Amino acid sequence: IVPLAVSVNRFEVPQAAPVAVFKLSQDFSNDQFPQKVNLGVGAYRTDEGQPWVLPVVKKVEKIIVHDDRLNHEYLPILGLPEFRSSASKIALGDDSPAIQEDRVGAVQCLGGTGALKMGAEFLRRFYNGNNNTKTPVYVSAPTWENHNAVFANAGFDDVRPYKYWDAENRGLDLAGFLGDLESCPEHSIFVLHACAHNPTGTDPTQEQWMQIADIMMRRKLFVFFDSAYQGFASGSLEKDAWAVRYFVSMGFEMFCAQSFSKNFGLYNERVGNLTIVAQDADNLKRILSQMEKIVRTTWSNPPSQGARIVAITLNSPELFSEWKDNVKTMADRVLLMRAQLKAKLQALGTPGTWDHITEQIGMFSFTGLNSKQVEYMVKEKHIYLMASGRINMCGLTTKNIDYVAESIHETVTMVQ
Amino acid sequence: AYIVKSTNKDELIIHLIWCLYSSWWGGVQMGPPDPILGVTEAFKRDTNPKKMNLGVGAYRDDQGKPFVLSCVRKAEAIITSKQLDKEYLPIGGLGEFSKACAELALGADSEVLKSGRNITVQTISGTGSLRIGANFLSRFHGGPLDVYLPKPSWGNHTPIFRDAGMQLKAYRYYDPSTCGFDFKGALDDISKIPEQSVIMLHACAHNPTGVDPRPEQWKEISDIVKKRNLLVFFDMAYQGFASGDIDRDAWAVRYFIEQGHNIVLSQSFAKNMGLYGERVGGFTVVCNDAEEAKRVESQLKILIRPIYSNPPMNGARIAATILNTPDLRSIWLGEVHGMANRIIKMREQLVAGLKKEGSSHNWQHVIDQIGMFCFTGLKPEQVERLTKEFSVYMTKDGRISMAGVTSGNVGYLAQGIHAVTK
Repeated sequence: IVPLAVSVNRFEVPQAAPVAVFKLSQDFSNDQFPQKVNLGVGAYRTDEGQPWVLPVVKKVEKIIVHDDRLNHEYLPILGLPEFRSSASKIALGDDSPAIQEDRVGAVQCLGGTGALKMGAEFLRRFYNGNNNTKTPVYVSAPTWENHNAVFANAGFDDVRPYKYWDAENRGLDLAGFLGDLESCPEHSIFVLHACAHNPTGTDPTQEQWMQIADIMMRRKLFVFFDSAYQGFASGSLEKDAWAVRYFVSMGFEMFCAQSFSKNFGLYNERVGNLTIVAQDADNLKRILSQMEKIVRTTWSNPPSQGARIVAITLNSPELFSEWKDNVKTMADRVLLMRAQLKAKLQALGTPGTWDHITEQIGMFSFTGLNSKQVEYMVKEKHIYLMASGRINMCGLTTKNIDYVAESIHETVTMVQ
Repeated sequence: AYIVKSTNKDELIIHLIWCLYSSWWGGVQMGPPDPILGVTEAFKRDTNPKKMNLGVGAYRDDQGKPFVLSCVRKAEAIITSKQLDKEYLPIGGLGEFSKACAELALGADSEVLKSGRNITVQTISGTGSLRIGANFLSRFHGGPLDVYLPKPSWGNHTPIFRDAGMQLKAYRYYDPSTCGFDFKGALDDISKIPEQSVIMLHACAHNPTGVDPRPEQWKEISDIVKKRNLLVFFDMAYQGFASGDIDRDAWAVRYFIEQGHNIVLSQSFAKNMGLYGERVGGFTVVCNDAEEAKRVESQLKILIRPIYSNPPMNGARIAATILNTPDLRSIWLGEVHGMANRIIKMREQLVAGLKKEGSSHNWQHVIDQIGMFCFTGLKPEQVERLTKEFSVYMTKDGRISMAGVTSGNVGYLAQGIHAVTK
């Protein structure tokens, strides 16, 4: 006699909704329309609409495959040392006083997500007393959709928005932002986008960053930078790191979650780094020892391939130079598409102002299209973008930009 | 020195005081070193030329060197030649990998696979798999959130489940008087576990003891687990590595499924493919039907996304290439067999060496135990002496990694063990 299954419906597991951005990609895949355009997912595309493995990455991968001294042994819990230190230098600058003062450390993590996760887990345990479940975490309104979940899952009960995007004026709501900084509970944690704000592409100016930093210092707010686009935004590593470095120079003890998914094109190798700026070396030592415990129960030690590629590149002057060129290639193409899209919309006489397309920076642009207009774009024009009106500039090419501009024009005129 | 933009004296003073005395992290204690990985770090600092690292469970060849499998190198060459892109994987990982991973554990002819009632996701090696599993159970398990671990179990099991919000309990497993399986004690304890609790079983090559139940014993365990209506969580980190035979090492997992247990399963390819640092693993939930599997899958994605979004490609691509390319798969099976055999040989040589040293103890358990680890039976004081006087590094519980033993150093090890136990 074959026994029946031991239990029936032990799990009460409801179907969860799919993650929106992936569903968008799937719908795009299934669409048969020949002129379809995918302005959804956040990955770089060439002018042929293809993914791009950076030439320097191909070169370094060959080096790795042919180096018989390399094996697949476990990395240390905190990751590949030469990756961690070179990655932190990228964020903070080679000549960073904080690095020279031995108060900068890092944890190699699985992408930017993993770095945010590790930082969040640490903060929940240790930030302001040893149980921070009630400590407010502020994320920008809007923000990358996974920020909320990362902090909520790390145990923070109170994840709130801070004013950021001014939809009416299509720019930064500085007064609102500063107001939230002034009125929030002391010791609140703030997730700041280092550059190329996702999804709006709208960054504070240097003067505005200085105002933000002043209030945060005065009100004892925790600085947690999310840096996913360094180099990718302006084409310059230094320019894109200005805010992070300014805050370090102000003396904050802070975290910076770095991603090398976009600027190295290493999306699927999950290369990230949580840079920790501490008050002194002793603090840093204790922090890192506790980080190890958190890492150990999450993934034990991080994957080696991507970190090796980045470390080899950053630590070789030639390869580093070649990488910077590759990054500039990507940033320049995005800037070109921005300029051309704006020009075409203006030439078409599309209602509204379109300056924000070139004022915004990085991969994304908040077009200002409302949800009805987005629906029209997707259903009638087969142009896929997020319900928020966010487009990925990388999805534009010289071949489809006319179609996209005309479609936006049609949508804005037909649908209000 | 901090740059303070203020001309207000009071503000400056307050700021100075704040700077001098406060750090967010003043109250953060120094964490204890990880017991297992800490052993390697102490080993590295030792300058004794005869030192031996029998701590962490990473395979070494007979020269004591890390071993990159030739099937791995071949797979890497194939992958490089394909010039693939680096686009994000789906949250659940590389499809070809997850499919092959499930087949490897369950057997290609498994009814579970045919009916599509499993969901298998790619995870960050074994640890990542256990963590996702623990998070899943913590959120969705309808029964008590108590996980029963064998006594002893892998040190990292406890903090993983605890961090996920579950309580840890234990059932008797290792019998120190025989250095073998406490079968009666295990059955007795399991028979008292509250219904619907979670029980962790090591599929093969129990870590840290190397003591596995025999098939007849597994059958009785299955019966009592069924009577108690327990949820079975299998941890299989050594498939192929224990006996040298993939199917033999998965026997318990497959038997339980045949008996109707809807298990959850963690797999690691760290050891059996030598892919340690690439972090290759899988997590499987065997469900009632394909519809339940779809719901479970959707929830696993919700759990994974806020931790690391999606898993790393490199190792999974290597593993999938090996498993799905007949030539490479053949080579792999041979190499796994080779690794397991070398370990079996070292066990035999260690016991022979101890006899030669004149040890009067019974060391049969060294041969009876299976897999990478051996629970020597050494007490903490003896372990300490072995480390201090002979530079032999191992964990305090007397566990040695046989993989660190070579024909060149097995004699020295026998000497050392005899010296501290005579």
